[in-house]
This record gives sequence, C-alpha cells and structure tokens, in this order.
Amino acid sequence: MSAPLLEVSDLRVEFPTRRGTLVAVDGISFSIAPGEVLGVVGESGAGKSLTGMAIIGLLEPPGRVAAGEIRLEGERIDRLPPERMRRVRGRRIGAIFQDPLTSLNPLYTIGAQLVETILTHLDLGRAAARRRAIELLGEVGIPAPEARLDHYPHQFSGGMRQRVVIALALAAGPRLVIADEPTTALDVSIQAQIIALLKRLAREHGTAVMLITHDMGVIAETADRVAVMYAGRIAEIGPVRAVIHAPRHPYTVGLMGSIPRIAAGAGSRRGRLAQIEGSMPRLNAIPRGCAFNPRCPRRFDRCLAERPGPLRLEAGQVACWLYADERQ
Amino acid sequence: MSGNDRALVRLVAVGRDFDVSRPWLNRVLEGAPRKLLRAVDEVSFEVTRGETLALVGESGCGKSTIARLIVGLYAPSRGTIAFDGLELTDPARAAEAQRARRRMQMIFQDPYASLNPRWRVRNIVAEPIRALGLAATRAEVHARVGELLRQVGLAPEDGEKFPHEFSGGQRQRISIARALSGNPEFLVCDEPTSALDVSVQAQILNLMTELQRRLGLTYLFISHNLAVVSHVADRVGVMYLGRLVELADAGEIFARPRHPYTRMLLDAVPDLDMTGRSRTPVAGEVPNPLAPPAGCAFHPRCSHANARCEAERPPLALAGHALVACHAVAEGRIAP
Repeated sequence: MSAPLLEVSDLRVEFPTRRGTLVAVDGISFSIAPGEVLGVVGESGAGKSLTGMAIIGLLEPPGRVAAGEIRLEGERIDRLPPERMRRVRGRRIGAIFQDPLTSLNPLYTIGAQLVETILTHLDLGRAAARRRAIELLGEVGIPAPEARLDHYPHQFSGGMRQRVVIALALAAGPRLVIADEPTTALDVSIQAQIIALLKRLAREHGTAVMLITHDMGVIAETADRVAVMYAGRIAEIGPVRAVIHAPRHPYTVGLMGSIPRIAAGAGSRRGRLAQIEGSMPRLNAIPRGCAFNPRCPRRFDRCLAERPGPLRLEAGQVACWLYADERQ
Repeated sequence: MSGNDRALVRLVAVGRDFDVSRPWLNRVLEGAPRKLLRAVDEVSFEVTRGETLALVGESGCGKSTIARLIVGLYAPSRGTIAFDGLELTDPARAAEAQRARRRMQMIFQDPYASLNPRWRVRNIVAEPIRALGLAATRAEVHARVGELLRQVGLAPEDGEKFPHEFSGGQRQRISIARALSGNPEFLVCDEPTSALDVSVQAQILNLMTELQRRLGLTYLFISHNLAVVSHVADRVGVMYLGRLVELADAGEIFARPRHPYTRMLLDAVPDLDMTGRSRTPVAGEVPNPLAPPAGCAFHPRCSHANARCEAERPPLALAGHALVACHAVAEGRIAP
C-alpha cells in the first residue's frame, strides 16, 4: 500500500460539560490511502460525524480534540492555528455535507460561489476561474454548465444541488474529500447517480474519500474499506467485502442482520428481522469494558471488565475479546 | 375497480389539488393565473381487511397526501373514499363518517415532532382513550395505559416520564401505543421507520408485524424504502407524480416488476450483497409536479417511450397478475 494520505491515531474528542467530560470519540485510529474510499458507518451518536469534523477542524466548541494526532500527507494538522487550518480546508481537504441547501448561499449564484472558492484557493485570474468553474460543473454532470453558472441554488433540484456542492468541494483539487451523508437527503434514483460520481472522481483524481454514512448499502457500493463505529470507538475495520460478508464483531453481525433486504425469491414477507436489543448508550453512561457488552449476545466476563483494543485479523482489525485467542 | 366486502378501505378516482398560486394582489397586478398542484390524481385502490398495503415512491409522488386524505387531514378534491362500506366524503353522512374515523389511527415519521414535549407519556397515550370515552374511571385508564406500554415493549412506569427521556426508537413505540389506545382497526403508517437507525428500525418493524398478527390490524404502510416494504407488505402500490403506476402482490412486484419506473426503483436499491450487479444509472430526476409532462408522466425518463406515451396517458390495466399503467407493457413492447 502506498503511504497513507490521511493518518488518524488515537483520536479523542471530548465535550467538557458542567456535569463532567463526555468522550464522543474515544481513541480511534485509521488511515486512508490516495484514491481510496474509506466508509465510516455507524448509527446516530456513534461519533462518525464528529470524527469528520475533527479532521477538518470544524468541531464546535466546547468540543475539542483532547488527544491523538491527525496527519495529512505526513503533516500534523490537528494543532494548526485557525488561519492556517482555513487554508488547508478547501485547498487540501474538501467537505460535502448532507443537506445541499444549507451548504450553498441562497443569495449568490452558484457561479459566484464557485469562482470565489477558486480565487480563494488557487492562483488564477477571474476569467480563468470562471472557465474552471464551468469545467467543474461539467465534470460533476450538470448539463449546459455555462448557462447554469448564473442560476441561484433554488433553481436547482435536490440532486443537481448536491452536484454543485461536490463541485465546490473539488474546486481547489483537494487531496482528501470528507463526505458526510452525501446521499441521505436524496431519493434512491438520484443516490445512485451521486455515488457513481464520487467513485469516479476518487479513481480519476486519486483523491482519498472518507465517506460517512449510516447506510450500509451505500458503503457496499462505494467503499474499498469500511470502519464500523459504535459509541465513539471503532468496532471493526477492514476490506468492505470481508466486513459485509463475514462480519466479526457481534455489533457488525447484528447490524448486518437488521438491514432489510429485498429477498431474491418472491413473496418472502414476514421474515423476522434480526434485531439488536436495547439501544446505543448515552455518552454519559458508556459501560465499562467493551461499550457493546450490555447488548452483546456473546459477552463473557472479560468484556465487562476490560476494554478490547484493536486486534489484527487477516486484512482488518476488530475490537472484540472473542478473537483474542485466535491472534496468539 | 369492482368492490369486494373484504375491502376495509376503498379509494375511487381520488384526486387532490393544492392551490400554490401567488397571493391575490400579485395575481391581479401581474396578471398571473391561478396555479394548481395536482398532488394526487385518479388514484383507486382497496385495502383488504388484515393485510398490509404499501405505497412506495420518491419524494413528491403523493404517497403521504393519500395517507392524509384517508384519515381526513385533507379533503379530496375529486373522487370518493369509503371505509367499511361507508362513504367518508359524503356530506350527508358526516356524523357517521366521524364515528368511522375513530376506527383508524395514524403513525407519523418523526417521533421527535409528533409527541407533545410537555406531556407525560401516560397522558399522551391516554388522550385517545379519554377523547373517545373508552374507559369509565381513572383506574381503568391507568390500567389500559400500562397494558399498552407493555404491549409496545416499554414498562408501565415509563408513563411517568416525558418524551425527551426516550430515544428515537422508544418514542416511536410511544407513538404506536398512542395509536393503539383508541382500539383502531386500521393504521396509516407514514414512513414510520425512516427517522430511525437500522437496528432500531428492525425492532419497530418486528413489533408492528407482531401487533398486526395479534390484534388483527390492517395497515397502509407508506415508505420510500423498497427493502423495508418487501419485509412488511402483502401488496405494493408504486406511485409516480401523483398517480398509481403499478399495483400487485408483493411477491409479484419484487420478482416481476413490470412498469419501467418500478424496474428503475428496484435497480436503484443499493446492492448490499455485492453480487457485482451494477446499478443502472437513472437518467434525470422527478419532473416539477407543477408542470408534469403530458401523456405518461414518466416518459421523459423512460427508455421505452414512444409517440403514444408522450401524448396519451396510460390507464391502470391488468397485465399478468399486476395492474400496470404503461402503454409499452399493454402493447407487449416490454418483455414481461
């Protein structure tokens, strides 16, 4: 594997509150190679979006990176002063968020927004920036980009708006794109188009993509590797095929079982879905030992007392004591 | 469609328009005409007692409008809606219709918005019991609320808490308990699990299936998620731009989708098993419902469209074991 583009080690995100410190992301480590799509999947409150926000330096106070390191192309970016971080953001890291409407300014044409972004980050003249904006819109699949440049965000449909947001994120040719639920607000037919677009861009430009989503289906189609998060920790990380077809962590097993699928045969109604009992713990009540232990059907004594570290297994890692023996 | 007595709910050529014109003064000054949004148009179907009929489609297809029309949150602009043989839209029988509506309840998508944050859960669940006079004494109400909470997998003591003390899935359980407290026969569920995480969604879907079996409920299940629908539905109706384009048994529709739009929707479901099946990228998006295409509304996105599709609106007609509104299917231009 080539040198990682993004390297996160032992990242810890805390929220100090009057009633004590909440740990929302608790010692997670992973890396992404150039051209690779890493899926980060988990349910609400798992800490996946906060991980993304920590990387682009947009954690909302009082949230803060309390420990760990974030390196982009070998350079540490988690301790940069705000002004320098602002230049990293946009120039070297692009971000795509869930709701395309809130990511765009309704008062400016999309052309103005694209040109401004390009002028901020690249050393181009106004005319060249405009040409680049047209090129970008064409690249993300907007028909008649030259005419569309002078339109306002409300004149675009949801799918087209998300394409504009992607064009904005790519404006300065970033090395890393963080996409947080980029398809969640879109209809299924549009979802497929946006996923195909993200995949193509990663491949063609060698851009690393961190794709944050709760939708395993999107991960299965897009990601090369996937990290499954639970209660601020990575439960399992590995090649997407391995994690989906042969999940190791009991949480991943339960998660995969609870996803409804269209059965191949006809009329298979009323197959009971596998369900994980209970719900994700609140941040102020994360259990001792393994965070998943109260809901885990296979827990034993060690899980209650000791937190499992990531154990290397074949191509991936899993944080579960069940596999402790296998490793030795 | 001919009726049968097992039909609990019957819609005949139901339509609903929304007036989205600019304010009167603007219209007068600018000479702009009235603008009507046809949210639902000529929709006919029946829901049989004890079954789950699912309506699927993308945003703006009119599925939620139908849910609201049936429970009476909107009045239809055209057509009739009957419940257990009684025409709900007949002004002469308004009193009866009001009584009949007590036998139906609705579950909404967002459990954060559908529960009053200032009420204790026991009062939220008890409101329909009190409003419909289903219990004589306080003690009876109390006992019934406890029983309902147990039925949806909560504890009777949870009634003392406020909604904010519960997670999304638990709140949806409270919504279900409230819907059940009026002893309904018919539940309209509008995207009941779309706001929930998958593992919680599984819990709620299992609970709904279990309750249906135990209480003999009839469901109209509105969803955009075909995989969820394939798990709960007996029959499936597919909607596009306010119209029903295909209606068939669930087994039939998932094994042999006929309408090009149904096929497209199924193709667009992410391939979780990674069989290597590539998604057929869909051209275009749902058109603006204010200016729907002439003829078949799907024709601009359809690879089988011809001149007839552009001019003539296809009626819902029997094709094999399904009702399909498509000229290409009716003419045999699409291989079944």
